[in-house]
Amino acid sequence: MAKPKRRAEPRIVFAKIAVHLAALTPLAILLWQVWSVAKTGSNALGADPVAEIEHRLGLWALRFLVIALAITPLRQLTGWNVLIRFRRMLGLYAFAYATLHFAAYLGLDLRGYWTQIFEDIAKRPYITVGFIAWLLLVPLAVTSTAGWIKRLGRNWARLHKLVYAVAVLAVLHFWWLVKSDIREPALYAGIIALLLGWRIWKRWARPRTSLSARA
Amino acid sequence: MTLRDALNIPSGEITGEAVYRDRRRVLAALGLFPTLGIAGCSEAAPPPSKVVVTPEQAKSGFRTSEEQTRELDATTYNNFYEFGTNKDDPANAAKTLRTSPWTVAVGGHCAKPGKLSLDDLLKGLTPQERIYRMRCVEGWSMVIPWLGVPLGDVLKRFEPTSKAKYVAFTTLDDPKQMPGLRVPVLDWPYREGLRIDEAMHPLTLLATGLYGKALPQQNGAPLRLVVPWKYGFKGIKSIVAITFVENMPKTSWNMSQSSEYGFFSNVNPAVDHPRWSQKTERRIAGSASKLFAERIPTLPFNGYADQVASLYAGMDLKKWF
Repeated sequence: MAKPKRRAEPRIVFAKIAVHLAALTPLAILLWQVWSVAKTGSNALGADPVAEIEHRLGLWALRFLVIALAITPLRQLTGWNVLIRFRRMLGLYAFAYATLHFAAYLGLDLRGYWTQIFEDIAKRPYITVGFIAWLLLVPLAVTSTAGWIKRLGRNWARLHKLVYAVAVLAVLHFWWLVKSDIREPALYAGIIALLLGWRIWKRWARPRTSLSARA
Repeated sequence: MTLRDALNIPSGEITGEAVYRDRRRVLAALGLFPTLGIAGCSEAAPPPSKVVVTPEQAKSGFRTSEEQTRELDATTYNNFYEFGTNKDDPANAAKTLRTSPWTVAVGGHCAKPGKLSLDDLLKGLTPQERIYRMRCVEGWSMVIPWLGVPLGDVLKRFEPTSKAKYVAFTTLDDPKQMPGLRVPVLDWPYREGLRIDEAMHPLTLLATGLYGKALPQQNGAPLRLVVPWKYGFKGIKSIVAITFVENMPKTSWNMSQSSEYGFFSNVNPAVDHPRWSQKTERRIAGSASKLFAERIPTLPFNGYADQVASLYAGMDLKKWF
């Protein structure tokens, strides 16, 4: 199927390159630290590099999820419709970091005990919800292409509402693994509550305003 | 060396006050264990190739020949919430802890209660080196050479009475020195406790040092508990009070979440933390070349079952976790 090719404006291209570079920076820093620890035995990643790598990849997955979820409210607040053109790549970065996070858990943390994953998913609520969150991101990532958007039509938007569930599960995953200091997960829970609350408010408020406008 | 150079000695090279004050005990320990001085002289030094453990030491559990954790790791990766909840917070923030003068109040059901300076508390006792495994409830572990005295030797001097069924410990509670106390992540002050037979067990150590040096603040200076068969949080840091009590004392993590942290908190791979498995642990130890800590099976009583399992004979360890 031939797509009408729209010529990208240079400003958008530059902005996208900048976003890519910014999004890859945390990964680059992490890889550089891994290299430096391997090379010099420094403790750039702390005493337990595996835990640090897992934690940091997970945190960036959550951050990109939050940023992607912030696009729509920001667009509505500012009227900058151009923002929507960055949403897919931000969502895909959330998926990429989540996948690396999951891979680090399997490949670096469990390693020889990888079969423990089955027990963990079944018995540990924080791993259960984390795994489900990642699993739900998979169809969203797969259907993020222009072809799939077209093919799914109205259902595409319905399917991609799953991202709200992912956000809730991701923050639960963070909350439940913390021993007692819940300040950091609470911060993300608050941000996500705001972003989802905004949508609920918009949906709830819109019919009434349009009604009163009509009257 | 010119005068200018002499004046430029980095403060780290000047003997710390705590070490200086502790010199007799530290020197005594060095005399007893000459190899320790070499092992502990610098962070860059590789861990001792192989610690020689006599059959008696192996039997007592006092020393393990397992690869040790780097001093740098053991002193920068700490849970000491009084200085923040991140692992590197204590190493960064604990410099404000004044460890001298230090007094410990010993009281409760004993014939000779008293408020003693640290020197008086430990007078006449020679610090011993103990190389113990340390298993954190979070699922990681270290191997650390401690310096300290058996807790029982200290407790006996206060002549606990027959009513002394348990021993309760309290950490310093001074927000001026401990910025983390402003955050109510736990019900301060930090409290821990042992049953009297656990407290009197020869493995239970009142530690004053590690790696042949005085305890750094972040590791619980100047005085902390080390109970190697229990999860690390039982090893209460910067102790200011020791009390003999009749009933099981309240302990901080148990107060915070009793379904997750029991009073005994013996290392037990058969009893999972409700939120994560305790079957295996990541061992943070070995040479610097090891980037990724190895996961190993967790042993009942952290490998000290031969020494301590009899303390819990007849007890349902799933119930008394």
